Amino acid sequence: MNQSCRTTFLLLPALLISFVLRAQVTPERLLHASDEPQNWLTYSGSYASQRYSLLKQIDPSNVKNLELKWVFQAQSLQKFETTPLVVDGVMYITQSPNDVVALDPRTGRAFWVYHYATSPAARPCCGIVNRGLAILGDTLFMATVDAHLVAVDAKDGHALWSVKVAEPAAGYAMTLAPLVVKDKVIVGVAGGEFGVRGFISAYEAGTGKQAWRFDTIPDPDQPGHDSWRGSDWEHGGGAVWMTGSYDPELNLTYWGTGNPGPDFNAAQRLGDNLYSDSVLALDPDTGKMKWYFQFSPHDPYDYDSVQVPVLANADWNGSPRKLMLWGNRNGFFYVLDRSTGKFLNGKPFVKVNWASGLDANGRPIATPQPAGVPTYPGIQGGTNWYSPSYSPRTGLFYVSTWEDYGTIFTGVQAEYKEGTRFTGGANTAPIPGADNPGGIRQGPVNTYTEALATGGVVALDPKSGEKKWKFAMHDVNTSGILTTATDLLFVGGREGYFQALDARTGALLWKVNLGGDVIAGPVTFQVDGKQYVTITAGNSLFAFALRE
Amino acid sequence: MKTRWLFLRLSLLCSIVCAVFVLPGRAVLAQGQDRAPEYFQTDIQYGAQIFATQCTACHGTSGDQIPGVNFRAGQFKRVVSDNDLRATITNGVPGTAMQPFAFGASELTGMVSYLRNMSSFDARGLKVGDAARGQALFAGAGNCASCHAVNGKGPRVAPDLGDIGTLRTAELLHRTLIDPAASMLPANRPVRAVTKDGKVINGRRLNEDTYTVQLIDEQERLVSLTKTDLREFTILKTTAMPSYKDKLNAQELADLEAYLLSLKGVK
Repeated sequence: MNQSCRTTFLLLPALLISFVLRAQVTPERLLHASDEPQNWLTYSGSYASQRYSLLKQIDPSNVKNLELKWVFQAQSLQKFETTPLVVDGVMYITQSPNDVVALDPRTGRAFWVYHYATSPAARPCCGIVNRGLAILGDTLFMATVDAHLVAVDAKDGHALWSVKVAEPAAGYAMTLAPLVVKDKVIVGVAGGEFGVRGFISAYEAGTGKQAWRFDTIPDPDQPGHDSWRGSDWEHGGGAVWMTGSYDPELNLTYWGTGNPGPDFNAAQRLGDNLYSDSVLALDPDTGKMKWYFQFSPHDPYDYDSVQVPVLANADWNGSPRKLMLWGNRNGFFYVLDRSTGKFLNGKPFVKVNWASGLDANGRPIATPQPAGVPTYPGIQGGTNWYSPSYSPRTGLFYVSTWEDYGTIFTGVQAEYKEGTRFTGGANTAPIPGADNPGGIRQGPVNTYTEALATGGVVALDPKSGEKKWKFAMHDVNTSGILTTATDLLFVGGREGYFQALDARTGALLWKVNLGGDVIAGPVTFQVDGKQYVTITAGNSLFAFALRE
Repeated sequence: MKTRWLFLRLSLLCSIVCAVFVLPGRAVLAQGQDRAPEYFQTDIQYGAQIFATQCTACHGTSGDQIPGVNFRAGQFKRVVSDNDLRATITNGVPGTAMQPFAFGASELTGMVSYLRNMSSFDARGLKVGDAARGQALFAGAGNCASCHAVNGKGPRVAPDLGDIGTLRTAELLHRTLIDPAASMLPANRPVRAVTKDGKVINGRRLNEDTYTVQLIDEQERLVSLTKTDLREFTILKTTAMPSYKDKLNAQELADLEAYLLSLKGVK
């Protein structure tokens, strides 16, 4: 080693330390994100994804004094699904198609807008949407609808690097917020309606170089492949379009996977179709799988299991246990041991008739309905991707629901053609000619009425799986949920109301009509001593705080 | 639109008696399909009528005049699913004589139903409706116009039917005329609200959410109510619309349905 090399070698740790010290958000801060409740540092608020905040300024006694502080109107008429990040006095959001906007969280005024030029080859199934960002150091990370991962400078909004994650012309897209673990940025790909072969992949945060990739549909040389027949796996789906969670003690990151392809014609893909509709526990350093649990084997109903995994540490039969709580689109609420993937408990939280129950291992006892008879829950599920919440204070799990909602499923032979829809279904509402609530944007008039679906929020006790309370809504509920240390629960809904409930009883404490459907989760943060709560509705982001 | 129906009358005069208006036969088929979709006799008939006027010049009355295509035999060049069939009819096939057809949803449902069941469909039993006669029934003996408007002309007690031909399939219209209460869409169910001070409001529900409901009442006033102000709010399963099963004969029903299917809204 020559002198200059030796000097560089000796200085390297110092340079790294210096970089870390100057960095805005360190890996260490992300590990303890919930301990700095003035910020909102990850998509789900913390690695445990509880969407629970320790802030206490707004409480049940004063929540009625919330007033509008500012509105940010997105420059897009697409669905507005972003969850903001709030980092040391700056808010970062995304707006369709793939803009990043830095805002003053006290006024809603923008510092800068970064515009990403989306490829016309992009063809996301269900709207040109984006759900938010991840941050590490001074760098923001965004997954794009044309399946690229982009790094953006958090100070001035300039792109630092961009890598192609998958081919958009083949139906791959990305709509989720990335997850940063240590020095890696982890994403998954959407495209389950296009017969893609799903995967989760990690990239070095500094360079964008791919670190690992885990295919959610195993090839002939990988374990799990025997759950497929012939070449069906090649277009087997298992898309990953919601952000995962992370347990630092176990060093495992958890990700939910979507439907097998084609969505509805299960006769075309015999077998359990691993690892569709599953949760995967991966080593974030290598991408190696430690365990999996499949919720809906051989699924003909599009019961994506992409819900955000909620991690909770709680007593289980007298002993502390690392739990994973999961309100699944298939209508069952699951409790798993997140160390091993062992099934602990599972019960329906909405009307279910596709299965009569779960066996001792959590496998559904399938009860397929005869042709022409509705299956419950319907295509959009008993819930969908809307973020749930868990309050360590109440010990309850809260999830938005679609109630009494069914679909008459009809499988149809589908032919795979790259980049075109590969769903294999001709599904209808239970009432001929009636509108059925769809998964896309809803206008201001509800024409399907309670005859076809209602919704709400349910509070579930993980120990028993039973409902503690239910807040009924006339319409289905597409909102995420936030709980706080003052036992408040904030939730929107498709009707455009934003509500504060008592997290212990479900009683309505405050509401405001924002005039547009809520398809995202609320967040809370504190700046200059004032606690704010924000929510997107329609095409705008609204910020509330207590009246002065 | 009138031209089409006139042409239909001329081209399909072979109508005789039949069991057409007994409740819908559920027909068959679905090659390579996991579970067969349902096709209804009334939709098949409607499709047959459209086929006779729009398709036979190229495809022939038996649907087998284009090489490689034989509808009766279920033989297509590109079509696998019903959605493919709808897309081919709507978009045409570039580079061929197959032009795009601007059909509405009910027409497409009829076409698909007919093409999928051409081999078993017996056109000899077809009752062909006359839209002009149906219009006269709508205003006269059928008494429909005492509740329903068409494009704003008439009362608002029941839904305006100006675009009903694009909203409902032939099968659904038929069922509604035979058994209106059973076929009534959820949004059209009448409601009764009683305020806490005893005021009764009967009307047709326009919209509802968790906290409020919007109506048009019997006096055709737009009313918005807050649920916490109500003592009673009932959604009725009954309807003032009578069944036409015994009020109109099969030909009259076919005429009325032909008229309703011709209502495509104001362009």
